Amino acid sequence: MEILFQTWPWYVSGFLIGMVMLSLIYFGKTFGMSSNLRSLCAMSGLGKKVGFFDFDWKAQRWNLYVVLGAMLGGFVAVHFMSDASNVAINPKTIAQLTQLGIDAPNGKLLPDALFSNAIFQSPKSIFILIIGGILIGFGTRYASGCTSGHAIYGLSSLQLPSLKAVIGFFIGGLIMAHFILPLIF
Amino acid sequence: MKALKYIVVGFIFGIVLTKSEAVSWYRIYEMFMFQSFHMYGIIMVAIVTGVIGIQIIKRKNIKDFKGFPIEIIPKEPGSTRFWVGGIFFGLGWALVGACPGPIFILLGAGFLPLLLVLFGALFGTFLYGLIKDKLPH
Repeated sequence: MEILFQTWPWYVSGFLIGMVMLSLIYFGKTFGMSSNLRSLCAMSGLGKKVGFFDFDWKAQRWNLYVVLGAMLGGFVAVHFMSDASNVAINPKTIAQLTQLGIDAPNGKLLPDALFSNAIFQSPKSIFILIIGGILIGFGTRYASGCTSGHAIYGLSSLQLPSLKAVIGFFIGGLIMAHFILPLIF
Repeated sequence: MKALKYIVVGFIFGIVLTKSEAVSWYRIYEMFMFQSFHMYGIIMVAIVTGVIGIQIIKRKNIKDFKGFPIEIIPKEPGSTRFWVGGIFFGLGWALVGACPGPIFILLGAGFLPLLLVLFGALFGTFLYGLIKDKLPH
């Protein structure tokens, strides 16, 4: 049982993520989390104003159930399956983060510097999180998919557009991590 | 009851992504700094599992649970949208350390600052819908 509380190894986790996608395919669906953002926009009635959101989001309700389940899963895993040994990242990474003024994980999933509730007092942190969100929302819709839809589903079905998108994800991610993050923090 | 199977699959997805720490800002930073194999291993094994599974489905003509043929939905053609959209998403992914799935998973776990990310992501999606006809695809 101990093993459930530790960090799950990459080969177990990767296999299970692949099986999650295959289960959805077996249910006659697809795998893609960012589509839910479009559904949520459509649900709020934006379809009347912007044509892109005027579609039958109810046919996508199944995906919102997946998201609901994922939220419950996150709750259970964080509150009942965590351990102080978690998030044992590379000591070199921790040293670099310390230089940037970002706290070490010590078992936490997220740094307090960006995700503690104290950030609601910090205009800079609020700004960073909203801008990050906008880049994610805009980028995933422009590229019509995110890590699940392109990196996992698209590459698993050997689709060239997904390869372009995933290379794009990494170009953007590398620019942010290596060049922009050190300027922000 | 139709919803239940999707909730169960989502539940497993949420647990796996949390316990593999793919939802962790630290793991995403570590990945982009090339300081750990962990995230690359997860993504590669997921893809290999998917490739094998989809090949089996295709070759054995496996039907879905209702008996309909399984179709793999092709992505739209084009190039610009994938490169440019991909780079935008990558910038956001490395900044807040969460892709769309983890945004919801972390919110479910009670990390309230993710509300700001979700708000931004919905606004970004809206923004794309608004100007999409003016963008090169």
